[in-house]
Amino acid sequence: MGNAAGFPLLSLITWLPLLGGVIIMCVRGDDATVAANARWTALWTSLIVFALSLVLWTRFDPAEPGFQFIESITWLPEFRVGYRMGVDGISVLFVLLSTVLTPICILASWEAVQTRVREYMLAFLILETMMVGMFCAIDFVVFYMFFEGVLIPMFLIIGVWGGARRVYAALKFFLFTLTGSVLMLLALLAMWFRAGTTDLTVLLNTPFPPAMQNWLFLAFLASFAVKVPMWPVHTWLPDAHVEAPTAGSVILAGVLLKMGAYGFLRFSVPMLPHASMVFAPLMFALSVVAVIYTSAVAFAQEDMKKLIAYSSVAHMGVVTIGIFTFNPQGISGALFQMLAHGVVSAALFLCVGVVYDRMHTREIARYGGLVHRMPAYAVVFMLFTMANIGLPGTANFVGEILVLIGSFRVSFWLSLLGGTGMILGAVYALSLYRRVIFGRLTRDDLRAMLDLSPREIAVFAPLVLLTLWMGVYPGSFTRFWDASVGAMVEHHQAALAAPTHLAGLTP
Amino acid sequence: MIYAVAVLAPLAGSIIAGLLGRAIGDRASQAVTILCMILAAICGVTAWVQHIWLGAPDGVVTLGSWMEAGSLHLDWALRYDTLAATMVAMVTFIATLIHIYSVGYMSHEPTPTSRFFSYLSLFSFAMLMLVSANNLVQLFFGWEGVGLASYLLIGYWYDKPSANAAAIKAFVVNRVGDLFFAVGIALTFFTFDSVELPTIFASIQQHANDTYALFGVHHAYELIGVLLFIGAMGKSAQIGLHVWLPDAMEGPTPVSALIHAATMVTAGVFLMARMSPIMSMAPGALAFVTVIGGTTALFAATIGCVQNDIKRVIAYSTCSQLGYMFVAAGVGAYQVSIFHLITHAFFKALLFLAAGSVIHAMSGEQDMRKMGGIWRSVPITYAVMWIGSLALAGIIPFAGYYSKDAILEASYAAGSATGDYGYACGLLAAFLTAFYSWRVLLLTFHGTPRADHHTMEHVHESPAVMTGPLIVLAIGATVAGFALRPYFIGDYWHAYWNNSITNGANNHVLERMEDLPGLVGYAPLITGVLGIGLAYVMYVLRPELPSLLADRFAPIYRLLLNKWYFDELYDMVLVQPYRRLARALWQVGDATIIDGVPNGLAELTVDSSAQVVRVQTGSIAVYAFTMLIGLVLLVSIFLVFR
Repeated sequence: MGNAAGFPLLSLITWLPLLGGVIIMCVRGDDATVAANARWTALWTSLIVFALSLVLWTRFDPAEPGFQFIESITWLPEFRVGYRMGVDGISVLFVLLSTVLTPICILASWEAVQTRVREYMLAFLILETMMVGMFCAIDFVVFYMFFEGVLIPMFLIIGVWGGARRVYAALKFFLFTLTGSVLMLLALLAMWFRAGTTDLTVLLNTPFPPAMQNWLFLAFLASFAVKVPMWPVHTWLPDAHVEAPTAGSVILAGVLLKMGAYGFLRFSVPMLPHASMVFAPLMFALSVVAVIYTSAVAFAQEDMKKLIAYSSVAHMGVVTIGIFTFNPQGISGALFQMLAHGVVSAALFLCVGVVYDRMHTREIARYGGLVHRMPAYAVVFMLFTMANIGLPGTANFVGEILVLIGSFRVSFWLSLLGGTGMILGAVYALSLYRRVIFGRLTRDDLRAMLDLSPREIAVFAPLVLLTLWMGVYPGSFTRFWDASVGAMVEHHQAALAAPTHLAGLTP
Repeated sequence: MIYAVAVLAPLAGSIIAGLLGRAIGDRASQAVTILCMILAAICGVTAWVQHIWLGAPDGVVTLGSWMEAGSLHLDWALRYDTLAATMVAMVTFIATLIHIYSVGYMSHEPTPTSRFFSYLSLFSFAMLMLVSANNLVQLFFGWEGVGLASYLLIGYWYDKPSANAAAIKAFVVNRVGDLFFAVGIALTFFTFDSVELPTIFASIQQHANDTYALFGVHHAYELIGVLLFIGAMGKSAQIGLHVWLPDAMEGPTPVSALIHAATMVTAGVFLMARMSPIMSMAPGALAFVTVIGGTTALFAATIGCVQNDIKRVIAYSTCSQLGYMFVAAGVGAYQVSIFHLITHAFFKALLFLAAGSVIHAMSGEQDMRKMGGIWRSVPITYAVMWIGSLALAGIIPFAGYYSKDAILEASYAAGSATGDYGYACGLLAAFLTAFYSWRVLLLTFHGTPRADHHTMEHVHESPAVMTGPLIVLAIGATVAGFALRPYFIGDYWHAYWNNSITNGANNHVLERMEDLPGLVGYAPLITGVLGIGLAYVMYVLRPELPSLLADRFAPIYRLLLNKWYFDELYDMVLVQPYRRLARALWQVGDATIIDGVPNGLAELTVDSSAQVVRVQTGSIAVYAFTMLIGLVLLVSIFLVFR
């Protein structure tokens, strides 16, 4: 424990985007100047934040299972609530994922967004603050604020810069996600009453009685299941994706979808080991249904973004299977799948954005034969399609095979049924690729399409590299959480091994 | 080490041709990929020779670490033992010939072919990773990698809807098998706590009595064996999962030769041999392998007898020959199955490439009913086609005679019911094989020309860059049998395989094969000759006979012509219901049921909210406010209850 950076690094990464936002607000001039300045300010801010976050990559000590880079400021001392920041192996890479995707999003919106550019960039910078803050917070109250705070900029991005049905989608998004959060708030209070503090490091070592655990688990489930999203509360996601601007979808799929799974890993599994055990079959059932059901639904889609959105739900089903296996392979696989999905689904939404920017339609049937005009795009799209299917050598495979191996320890059927995504995923992904990229080029307007521009290549290049790097040498990522996951599994087993001892404890 | 060069050189070629193909041009891409393949072949064959004759010891070339999770450790590593080295030598050699042949075959393509050569090299790399894998997950990497390359190559002519459909079908059907393979890997890890081959093989005895409960309690090895074999059934197109292979003929012919005959489809057979330490402890799984193999051998041969597309006949023959290999593997004679795998690689690649040469000569025509009477114009193609057919039909002294004979002897020597079944199927299939091989020969080259005048004028022998590889393969198809027999299954097999294959403690099939009644050994040869005779009668002496028979036995003819209606069945039972299910889940499940609840809520609020959203600056405040409500609630509850 302690702060290896020697200065409040996490707070800096968290709040610096907001400072950039303040600068953007101060920009004056005519519309074009404001827009240009806002873009550049946002890009530079996010790049500086990314550079700072690289310190985490180099200075993080993988051997230490607990929290690092800790900052602690007393805030409401009489309630033992504090502004506490810290990262462990489970959260550190999600901070990096957020800081990687933000500049990519800003770059991807460079030309696509032409209205209210200043506010748009501001929203993205606030969003980055909220995302990073959420992954860094190790105080429950601080976490809750960031966790809910993420909704606001995202809601605005969909509601203001979205498509035709943006208001419906934004409201649906908000209603679904907020409903669950109220219950989480109650759970938070209950835990605070019990432990007398909202410090996660304390809560993680506070045993809760089994009966209470069950209620807490359900309350958390209400919030996290919507965020993941798990079946059957997933229907907000396709609508939100369809209406969101490209960059909004990227962040939504890349980072926001990880919040629920992160919540399970941060709270449900380590704090509520008994309830997790009790509800694991339910989680498996919901996850397997999600994998099969949403893969099938994805196949029926006629809208590119909806298809990828449904595929996201199926992939997150694999993640939730992995989390509740409670073994190192399963959890490690779930974490890896979260990262991989963060990169690959983000890239797939960017792929849709490329053709949407040119044709202003996401209808699959309007495309076909793009390979004739856009060979570079076809290559990039193929790579991410294959990654999405989980082809070995790409990022997703590592996550999927680890979850498959981990889930086998639970049950043969869980492993087999959870793995059906391998087949069904190939069906919808390849048929999408075929309908968009292959075939004859018959439409005149498609003939005029240009291949990837240098800016778009700059957007895709880091994602391509990440996808292959994660697939070929996943060790450079898993090393971050090996110790933390190992500790979590041991902690879990120890808690289960001593039920009577646990029930007799009072805080 | 040269062994690593053999595996990695094709990857380098593939990347250069794939990424820089447009920049450096077609000629240069072809040159680069071919040079890389030649380098790989030299290294691969050298490594093989070094291992077998110069006493280079078994080893592992570690390239780097791959995955780490708890007790799971995986390396990128190349296994160097007889089995792997033999396969590496064969793959690099055949792949090089096919790269060279492709230069001629693809010369009339209107679009740049650098993409084609990049895919071919990518395939070669994946196949080499597969055969040299030192752990099951890396084997799976190669397994899926060849699947990807196969998908890309089948769909190479992406303008053709049929090619695209075939590519997806191949990938998806393979994936069905792959899922079971992956679950098999999971069970292996569950049993051994490792997926590294050396660790598994070292602790085989330790876990011999492990059980796993699934539909009753079984030995874990039985279940692993069955799961891995279902994976093999997908890749090796065994009955049930064979439907993708004939459609895969949509790809360019060199692809059919390389992937869908000589190398990729044999991966399943290789897997059985690679995992022989486990398989040999799983008699139940092996019996299953034999039955499926024997059934496929016969079933595919029956279809091959009536197909009219020259490539499809050869495709079904591949299916059938793979069935033979599984019969051998199923009776525990893995060495025999690998022997047939190698000889088959030579003569089947030869047959496909010769068929490609015919198609090339006939201006792209593949229907044998529109061929005939061209043997004088394409003498080299004609000659090598004869050699390939003789080898396929198992006529002495061509390669197929030795290996197919050995398979039937092994299945007979096994002395089990399933072995006998395999023998019976194999014997019958041998008759059909000879029949359809000569049907192809006679229909394609002899009789009166049935192509139009224009096509016939253009019939020409292929250029040297195509006939060269044909001749090399023809030599292989002639000599590989008797040259390799002593090492693979004959007197020196113990020394040759050097324990890279385990037959099992009580399995003496290879020894018993030596002293069987003479008739058992000659039976396939006799049935083969009979098959050739029948083809001669039907297509030369009495050419009216085939249509007469087709009319007389119309139901059977239609059953065979329609490939036993497997595609129709799957379409009816799986594809269409899945489409309907997908739509129903979407329209009813998602849109009506699940969204029914929130939509009702949303409709209540949407009217008022829509007004607010119109004023954008106002909306920020509204949602910040909503957020604040939560916070206020939180803080006040803190204060009240403290």
